[in-house]
Amino acid sequence: MSARLDRAALTAMRDFERAALETFAPRVFCCSGTGCHATGSIPLIEALRQEAARQGGAVQVIETGCNGFCALGPVVIMQPGGVLYCKVRAQDAADVIASAGGRPVERLLYRDPDGNAVAGMDSIPFFALQRPWILRNKGRIDPENIGHAVAHEAYQGLAKALFDMTPERVVEEVRASGLRGRGGAGFPTGLKWKFAAASPGDVKYVLCNADEGDPGAFMDRSILESDPHAVLEGMLIAAVAIGSRHGYIYCRSEYPLAIHRLTVAIGQARELGLLGENILGSDFSFDLEIYQGAGAFVCGEETALMRSIEGRRGMPVPRPPFPAQQGLWGKPTVLNNVETFAGIGAIIRLGAACHAGVGTEGSTGTKVFALSGDVNNIGLVEVDMGTPLSVLVNDIGGGVPGKRKCKAVQLGGPSGGSIPAHLLDTPVDYEAITKAGAIMGSGGVIVMNDRTCMVDMARFFMDFIQDESCGKCTPCREGTRRQLEILTRICEGKGEPGDLRALEDLAAVITDASLCGLGQTASNPILSALRHFRGEFEAHIAEKRCPAKRCVALLKFEVDEERCRKCGLCFKACPAGAVEWAKKKTARIDREKCVQCLACYTACPFDCIE
Amino acid sequence: MAPLNALTPDQLAQADAVVAEHRGTPGSLITVLRLCQDIAGYFPPELVERIARGMNLPVAKVYGVVSFYSLFSLEPKGRHQIRVCTGTACYVRGVREVLDRVERRFGVKAGGTCGSGRFSLEPVRCLGACGLAPVMVVDRDVHGGVTPDSACEILEGYE
Repeated sequence: MSARLDRAALTAMRDFERAALETFAPRVFCCSGTGCHATGSIPLIEALRQEAARQGGAVQVIETGCNGFCALGPVVIMQPGGVLYCKVRAQDAADVIASAGGRPVERLLYRDPDGNAVAGMDSIPFFALQRPWILRNKGRIDPENIGHAVAHEAYQGLAKALFDMTPERVVEEVRASGLRGRGGAGFPTGLKWKFAAASPGDVKYVLCNADEGDPGAFMDRSILESDPHAVLEGMLIAAVAIGSRHGYIYCRSEYPLAIHRLTVAIGQARELGLLGENILGSDFSFDLEIYQGAGAFVCGEETALMRSIEGRRGMPVPRPPFPAQQGLWGKPTVLNNVETFAGIGAIIRLGAACHAGVGTEGSTGTKVFALSGDVNNIGLVEVDMGTPLSVLVNDIGGGVPGKRKCKAVQLGGPSGGSIPAHLLDTPVDYEAITKAGAIMGSGGVIVMNDRTCMVDMARFFMDFIQDESCGKCTPCREGTRRQLEILTRICEGKGEPGDLRALEDLAAVITDASLCGLGQTASNPILSALRHFRGEFEAHIAEKRCPAKRCVALLKFEVDEERCRKCGLCFKACPAGAVEWAKKKTARIDREKCVQCLACYTACPFDCIE
Repeated sequence: MAPLNALTPDQLAQADAVVAEHRGTPGSLITVLRLCQDIAGYFPPELVERIARGMNLPVAKVYGVVSFYSLFSLEPKGRHQIRVCTGTACYVRGVREVLDRVERRFGVKAGGTCGSGRFSLEPVRCLGACGLAPVMVVDRDVHGGVTPDSACEILEGYE
């Protein structure tokens, strides 16, 4: 299939591949994302293939990208029927293959919290409450097979943009969809394209920001690993709209699998004439390359990212001029995030209304979130804009594990903030989330239980920010370091009465006097923690007490004798032999031997380590 | 007498080939550095100078880029590289305790290499595998859901 396609041939290929996918039954889709790789999906796929061959070859095994249900990986989906198997091991391969088209393997089914087996994917709340739009192909195509993507309408939007629409019409369609940049700031995508299209110049660039640096965010990695062609198509359509011939995907080097799958996808697209000269037989030409980052959080900022592609230190520069006028190498440039590009193809193919009709008035469409932290169903989820956070955390996420309670939800990474549990009815909408003291950000949602100390979390984020500050603006470089010092002191029980005021004063200066988004939002974790959890800071400073019992320096490492149930779990957990315990005896900690590693504290189910 | 960490002639030849391939391509310095680090493991001064000469750039500029990005190292690494994810999800799930224990057990400081050269320990930015938190990567093996105990047990398997 090395022939270059024109539009008719693309449609014929789609119909052929779709028919092949539909007639070739039964099929086993095995997740092969980074998460499932770590839990053993590579040997599993090998075993499934061998078993399929051994049992007659009637069952097709397809390796897919991230399915999203990472906590229960490796995940296998049987088609037809949609039966989902969790935590499948290589030794289960024979049973899995044998069950194709027959009775499901009971022991591998998902169990609901009451212990009942659930066979159908659609009956599991984790999947049933989502609306897969960006992730529509997750877990059902082989990302390294362009035929699968084409069968599911890939590049049809490009064909429409090339042959049925003018570039102005493409920009207008994206504007009408209400799509806002999914990287964090939420700038209207159509407007960005309009500015770049209007900028004079023969050379323009389309850049894809795949430098997903926010800790706790893995949406872009999963999209690239499961559906790379959706991203390529989005970039191609942007190139048609603004008149660009060249693009770059700036991807973190920490994502080797995503880079590999992108490389394969680009190669296949070139071979079919979907990239390169005269795409689909038109007079439009565009090609792109992957640029690997070298580990600097600030390079997620658009001007820093462009400096990095130019081979320099990734330091932001003042705007204006905006990248739409003078971006990479001083040329007009459009830069969008992976998730933004991944949604473009369908908007063009199906029309703006299908996107504009979903979500809320100011925030249309769906949003992909990476749900993690203290939550049962860790994974990748996609919901309509406007969905309350509580649905995300409690219904899709299955709530907090064990008997602990949700204390807060952190959104937006180091530029964001924490929303306390009593505000979980806040809808996911750019404005509503900002009002609650966080930001939408790129989509990391980290659930924290009642053992999380908010002072310690603020310290954690400041440690990150001061390390990642590029050093160009003094307020950010020096100010964040001073904030970290103050927070560290508070966590160590050396807080002073004026500390909170100092933190707030520093925050005001850093926010006002920094050049880029990193500095301007650097104090958000502190400000949001102070807004919702001021009492915790005051307890650390005035009473030298950590209410969540997390700050080691403020713990006494004593067993509360009244609450101790004499279970001995702390004794078993202690690596230093510092816990004295015998059956039916209250445990006691020998402070001389104690290394303050918190193993006993973590092990105790009754919260009795003070 | 060659200095302790001198590069082999073969490594130098490979680095030269990388430089020759990319010389003249605008913006290729970071790519060249990434490939050279794959060859040499880290950047001794002689390598920084050689790349600068080959790319026709000031040494200061090359050094500036090397020291800016966390991927690049100016120090040699141990036989095995332990990368411990310090993303938010891993932090919330107790990666600090894992780091503390590994540091004590193997006598290695975060960001450093242990005396025997067996391990380099590096706390790294979010690896995007939050579903497996806390995550530890040893060389190329990803280990999810590690505890202080299991992390040490895993590391015992690497000599």
